[in-house]
Amino acid sequence: MNDELGQPQGMDTLNGHAPAEQSVWELRLYVAGKTARSVAALENLTKLCEEHLPGQYRIEVIDLLIHPKLAKGDQIVAIPTLVRKLPEPIRKVIGDLSNTERTLVGLQLRPALH
Amino acid sequence: MSPPRVSQDRSLPKAATGITGLDEITGGGLPRGRPTLVSGRAGCGKTLFSVEFLVRGAIQFGEPGVFMTFEETAEELARNVLSLGFDLDQLAERKQVSVDYVRVERSEIEETGEYDLEGLFIRLGHAIDTIGAKRVVLDTIESLFSGLSNTAVLRSELRRLFRWLKDRGVTAVITGERGEGTLTRHGLEEYVSDCVILLDHRVTEQLSTRRLRIVKYRGTVHGTNEYPFLIDEDGISVLPITSLGLEHEVSEQRIGTGVPRLDAMLGGTGVFRGSSVLISGAAGCGKTSLAAHFADASCRRGERCLYFAFEESERQVVRNMRSIGLDLAPWLDNDMLRLHPRRPTACGLETHLASLHKLVSDFEPRMVILDPITNFLKAGTIAETEGMLMRLIDFLKGRQVTALFTSLTLGGGVQEQTEVGISSLTDTWLLLRDIELGGERNRAMYVLKSRGMAHSNQIREFLLTDNGVELKDVYLGPNGMLTGSMRMAQEAREQAAEIGRREEIGRLQRELDRKRQVLESGIIAQRARFDAEADEIEVLIDQDKAAAGIAAEGRQKLAHSRKADEPAHETSNGSRRNSKTGGRK
Repeated sequence: MNDELGQPQGMDTLNGHAPAEQSVWELRLYVAGKTARSVAALENLTKLCEEHLPGQYRIEVIDLLIHPKLAKGDQIVAIPTLVRKLPEPIRKVIGDLSNTERTLVGLQLRPALH
Repeated sequence: MSPPRVSQDRSLPKAATGITGLDEITGGGLPRGRPTLVSGRAGCGKTLFSVEFLVRGAIQFGEPGVFMTFEETAEELARNVLSLGFDLDQLAERKQVSVDYVRVERSEIEETGEYDLEGLFIRLGHAIDTIGAKRVVLDTIESLFSGLSNTAVLRSELRRLFRWLKDRGVTAVITGERGEGTLTRHGLEEYVSDCVILLDHRVTEQLSTRRLRIVKYRGTVHGTNEYPFLIDEDGISVLPITSLGLEHEVSEQRIGTGVPRLDAMLGGTGVFRGSSVLISGAAGCGKTSLAAHFADASCRRGERCLYFAFEESERQVVRNMRSIGLDLAPWLDNDMLRLHPRRPTACGLETHLASLHKLVSDFEPRMVILDPITNFLKAGTIAETEGMLMRLIDFLKGRQVTALFTSLTLGGGVQEQTEVGISSLTDTWLLLRDIELGGERNRAMYVLKSRGMAHSNQIREFLLTDNGVELKDVYLGPNGMLTGSMRMAQEAREQAAEIGRREEIGRLQRELDRKRQVLESGIIAQRARFDAEADEIEVLIDQDKAAAGIAAEGRQKLAHSRKADEPAHETSNGSRRNSKTGGRK
């Protein structure tokens, strides 16, 4: 699926050098243009993934200004929205991901109580 | 149908909704290119309202529309409105309508840091661009408040959304759930300020009534009343039946009541077309029978009649009227007459009014009969019933439809007071009365009032015969009014007395004749006797005369022989005269 969404403009795929045998986290970040908020979100996400999911994540950035159709599929309302496609179930974290703790809770990398 | 007096404001462009009645009270529709807020509690018809706005826009006005639903999925929505004849799937295929289900599930969303609702804007913008939408519905955007926690962001984003919708120039309907003391739970009315429509679904004593009110419509004159509306297989119908004023056309034309004698009482020609007639009376007075005559007469004239029976079923009415020689079945068969049996308590007053309105608009009758209106009091208070009837009468008058109401009174004198409100609305009031006299109960009728025509002030006995209603003169005598068998007995007595009198006169006449005969025969006999006597006397006179002549002659001869010369005396009798004569000689 990632390959199909492919490489065209506005869609960047960052491969976290994932070893094939390990389960891969598929993350999608929906943005609308290169706003300060979306840039910050991507930065925060990349940092967090490197820290907690080294080598087992894949981030796909979708710019809705270019692919407005895609907003419907993942029920995107807020921007930026991070969608955890895999592992299931789907989780969403909205905002610029500036609060790392909450982002980790949202991605279920950390139990909510802590 | 004459709409309320709302001027067509040319300066403010409007987008017709196609919803029956709504365009009339808004003077043309919703503000074009602006958002309209439709608010109401759960189940009041917001979604249906907005779907109809969109579907009719697409079908009737060639304006494609985007439906953004926040509560139902596209499939659920399509299924729900299919029962009302709106095929969203088909419209979506033709690119006339696009449905987008926006789901914001709080449990699967974590919020961290700043965000905006650009995603929603993009989705909406994309949908609008794809089908070239002119109309947009957001149903119910307030759901976002339960899905997202940052209300400050939501508020500013909604404000931006409504401005954005205006900039896009789409005519939008935004629905909102009504809150306590506010139009919407989250104060959407703050942002959508051009037009606000309130839908209401009230249940009073288990009877539901839907109402619509235009709370605000900037830049245009609009009806401010609460208008009842219906949701049926044709979608929503708003019924702009408030008091339409007293400006309706009046007809000089008179129509018969079906009872010739009643026509005679009403100035000889019946009631005015388009007027309202009230028949009131106690139970079993013959109100329905009289009403059926009106219906029959209307059908005979070739004018359709709509009959609302609130107490009897169609078959029952037909059967009962057959018993007085009135067969309504043929009129029902050829659709000149429609009978609508329904219980007044089946729904609220406004809903009744709304359905009456709709039926009248569809069937276009020239006469509408409501039998009886008193049952409406079970569905509402007197004031409400009056208000409803006033609007109904205005509506019917506006269409030149003759209205006939029957009203059940409970006997005694008070009923006339409680009916005053209703009766003052009607033009002709026929009162049916029981008269209990001589151990029986009879019916009487009189015309209590009839505006604009000379009418009889007489009480007539009201008879239900095998040939329908008949009106008869009542007997008025020294003992008051007599009806029924007492009247008949009195009439028989009078007849007997009349015969007796006639016989007496004949007898006297004959006696007089006889007396005259006696008198005349007496006269003849006397005359005969007189004649006989007269003859006899004549004979005697003649004999006497003859004798006298002979005597004179004799004396003359004698005197002549004696040579007598003395003169005769004045006082002499025959013999002296004879002697004088004799002397002169």
